[in-house]
Amino acid sequence: MGKPMLEVRNLKTKYVTRFHEDVYAVDGVSFTIEEGKSLGIAGESGCGKSTLALSMMGYYFPPLHYMSGDIIIDGKNISGMDPDTVRKTILGSEIAYIPQAAMNALNPTQKIIKFVTDVMRAHDPKKDKNEIREMAEARFSELGLPKETLQKHAVELSGGMKQRTVIAVSTILNPKVLIADEPSSALDVTSQKMVIKMMRELMEKGYIKSMLFITHELPLLYNVTDDIMVMYAGQIVEKGTAKEMVFDPVHPYSHGLMGSILVPEEGTRGQKLGAIPGAPPNLKKPPDGCRFAERCKYACADCRYTSIPEKPFGEGRMYRCLKSVEELKEVYENE
Amino acid sequence: MLNTIKQVFHSPKFVVGFAIFVAILLTMIIYPLFCPGNPLEQIGVGTFAAPGTYVSLYDATKSPTETLRLPDAADNRIEASLSKEDRVEMVEWFGAMGISVEGLDIEDTDAMVDLWNANYDPSVRPAGMTSAKINYYKRLDNSIKELNASDTVIIADYDEEGNLVTTKTIADTDYVNTKEIANVKTLPLGTDNFGRDVLKELVSATGTSIKIGLIAGIVATVIGLTLGLLAGYLGGITDDIIMFVTNIFTVIPSFVLLILITYSLGQEQRGAAVVAIVIGFTSWTWTARSVRSQVISLRNRDHVNLSKLSGHSLVRIVLLDILPYIASYVVMAFILQVSSGILAEAQLSLLGLGPKTTQVPTLGLMMNWAMLYSAHTNGSWWAYFPVILVITLISFSLNLMNTGLDQVFNPTLRD
Amino acid sequence: MSENENTRKNIDFAEKPLCLSGRGVTKVFGLGDKKTVAVDHVDFDFHEGEFVSIVGESGSGKTTLSKMLLGLLNQSEGQILFQGKPRDISSGHKKKEYWKGIQAIFQDPFSSFNTFQKVDAVLLDCINMRGGKGLSKQEKFDMMTEACNFVNLKFAELTNKYPFELSGGQMQRLMIARIFLLKPKILLADEPTSMVDACSRATILDMLLNLRDETGMTVIFITHDIGLAYYISDTIYIMEHGKFVEYGKADEVILEPKAPYTKRLISDVPKIHEEWDLSTVDLLNSN
Repeated sequence: MGKPMLEVRNLKTKYVTRFHEDVYAVDGVSFTIEEGKSLGIAGESGCGKSTLALSMMGYYFPPLHYMSGDIIIDGKNISGMDPDTVRKTILGSEIAYIPQAAMNALNPTQKIIKFVTDVMRAHDPKKDKNEIREMAEARFSELGLPKETLQKHAVELSGGMKQRTVIAVSTILNPKVLIADEPSSALDVTSQKMVIKMMRELMEKGYIKSMLFITHELPLLYNVTDDIMVMYAGQIVEKGTAKEMVFDPVHPYSHGLMGSILVPEEGTRGQKLGAIPGAPPNLKKPPDGCRFAERCKYACADCRYTSIPEKPFGEGRMYRCLKSVEELKEVYENE
Repeated sequence: MLNTIKQVFHSPKFVVGFAIFVAILLTMIIYPLFCPGNPLEQIGVGTFAAPGTYVSLYDATKSPTETLRLPDAADNRIEASLSKEDRVEMVEWFGAMGISVEGLDIEDTDAMVDLWNANYDPSVRPAGMTSAKINYYKRLDNSIKELNASDTVIIADYDEEGNLVTTKTIADTDYVNTKEIANVKTLPLGTDNFGRDVLKELVSATGTSIKIGLIAGIVATVIGLTLGLLAGYLGGITDDIIMFVTNIFTVIPSFVLLILITYSLGQEQRGAAVVAIVIGFTSWTWTARSVRSQVISLRNRDHVNLSKLSGHSLVRIVLLDILPYIASYVVMAFILQVSSGILAEAQLSLLGLGPKTTQVPTLGLMMNWAMLYSAHTNGSWWAYFPVILVITLISFSLNLMNTGLDQVFNPTLRD
Repeated sequence: MSENENTRKNIDFAEKPLCLSGRGVTKVFGLGDKKTVAVDHVDFDFHEGEFVSIVGESGSGKTTLSKMLLGLLNQSEGQILFQGKPRDISSGHKKKEYWKGIQAIFQDPFSSFNTFQKVDAVLLDCINMRGGKGLSKQEKFDMMTEACNFVNLKFAELTNKYPFELSGGQMQRLMIARIFLLKPKILLADEPTSMVDACSRATILDMLLNLRDETGMTVIFITHDIGLAYYISDTIYIMEHGKFVEYGKADEVILEPKAPYTKRLISDVPKIHEEWDLSTVDLLNSN
């Protein structure tokens, strides 16, 4: 057991719409990432995975509101902290965040070195300019980015380069947790691979102590992270190691999700794809029982009205379904 | 559609603007029903009669009288005839006589007159006072005495032999019921330089100006929308040509163009409608440019491509697949065009290039007349201030409606 | 499902009649120094009933090619043949005729619908286009119901709804229903699943396959996802910088790639059963 780097306990957050309705986007999420480990979150759009990322950074600006729960980074509880304080003291040094369109975040009129200086000076205002440059150059070349990049403007770089530059700049203070929200979804496969390789290197070289990787692409998660959580309608429905989750999913939703993976490998052509009909429930009024019951092939009447707790099983795995693991496995085998 | 309208009426800005505009429109429609007549009729011979109720003096002397003994009648009379300038001069006299005016309120007519009667001495000639000033004080003293004396007014007539014979005496206690007087005229905003009822003229002018604004707005929107749609949707050489023309119209300040066109038309050709069309013709560029850019981004939307693949005609695609998307925007542009059309007419008329002056009043013309006859220097505020107020209100309400619509339709402004 | 596998593996499409083919098709944008060649002398042969995928990364020219195939753009050079005869879309009338034979499903379902038109209006329009103007109300209703049943939507629940009240997956299925009503010879699907969730994706892909099997239309599937292309298609064309670098049967192209670009593309996609080799990436020598 490593030292827990990021611990989230029963986190609940909500959005308040224009019409003053509450949308419970993250509803009771708990997990722990240990030092040197990475965790992936998979789920459909609108399942709350991006909101979870924002919530973990303490980024509570309207319409997002904190409700309850704890976020503990390396022993320090940041839940309920003033968002401005969080931004000044936690972001960058404790947590780094890379959104999907991070490459658009670069101001086109400034050189890359300026962003590095800004990040460094935000935490140490008196840092020497040359020192910053040397540090940045060292880090950039270590991560496989040419040193000249620092003296370029964002417009001179390609999309993949920009994304990698953003990652390099935002991790320059060696944060304890890196939260990457679909960092490669807007990129071509080749650039995506470079981004992934770079993130792996960051982990291996110890520049970041743990990573939370959010994406809807399951093959990518399988190859990047140690553990995978599947999120549905604001809740975690199943958790396990990457291998277990891809080859042995238990929850009907994860089962359907994993069955829809398409990879260019022999034998995948003509395979049966797991299709799940219907749409996720409205999070303004989440159902009382299982949130997946409406779309679940195996649901019974009880599923709709019984609220289901997280049920641990196996080695540190967890799922959220009324049926037992054996029951579910039997059902899958008989198909 | 219904939903959109509901949404629009949830915007407080739009509702306030709409309410003001509707109130103006209603006044415009209802007022003439109660006070019919030609708004340009010259009822007064002099210029700039102040606002108020006018009673026919001729009829009043002929009307049956009642005797009323009102205790403060004399005071009121003095108060009404003693102007502010007179009061200041009186205080100056007191000063010259060395009388303390500490605590004296020049609005307190009783105290002033008492002090005056006690201290004025026509034989005294204060040092350094001009004889004109001394004569002025004598006249002032006389009139105060006269007002106090409560003399009767004698109405005399010539008899058959040519001698003046008293036919009626009017005492200061004689009163006439205004209902008995045959001719009473209320002029809430007085008359203008030609002796015309300003209020009636204003209501009529507001109507004309709004019509001018509407015509100008429709002309500008139709031209701008057509050219913008064509340029944006067809693209290529059509776009180049239309944009070339539009750019020419854009770089020449439209007001200069407006002045040149109206001037070259000549006074006789310029009816209100002609001026409106000319205004519309010079202000379409903005609409055309923005419609074009919106259409270009819509043109590449997949639903337009699908509509093409479904074999729909150009007209149908433009009307059903593009126009609804920019409709809210066009309505907003139209409202702004109406507002700027009204202002443009006012500016033109102020320069004397507005519609012919003999047929209809417009807000701009009223300003022009007031300016020509120096209403602003001789204190006749009623001849121009209400006009400014109406222009401001119309412009304000239209812009408010536009901002309200913008908030509803522009997703970037939604919170 | 097993039927699908058969049709997808055993038919040799080269013997089937040609449906759409191109010879030296080129598209050049801009003039002089600003000239960019989006599609560069490509040849292709799509046969009747074939499920073809065109795979390329962003900027490879696949969208430009699709617009040319649809006749929304004119090619700068070369010839496109429709059912063996050169395609003539010089006049509006001829274009309409051509569009009876080819239809499309686009990437973004949210921008594919006119948000001011109701769902039934969209479907009714298709019936009218297929010459169903004179049909009775009941017949039209039956046709629309049938089309909706085909894509697992309930027509009764859709009437009087606007497209934006549906989810992305439902909208894309409605698009398929539209194609079902129009029954064109060729369907061009431009990344129809890239904006749809993984769970709905499978449904849509299966529907496209069913549509092909039922009507025998040619489906041209444009995508950047090589795994998706492999799963669904009979024939794959790999496009790079406006050129087809490799094409052939799906199994041949994916399992035994010959062109270096195809090899790279396949190796760059994250795998599940094989090791994803990150060492092939050269971080420093990239741009």
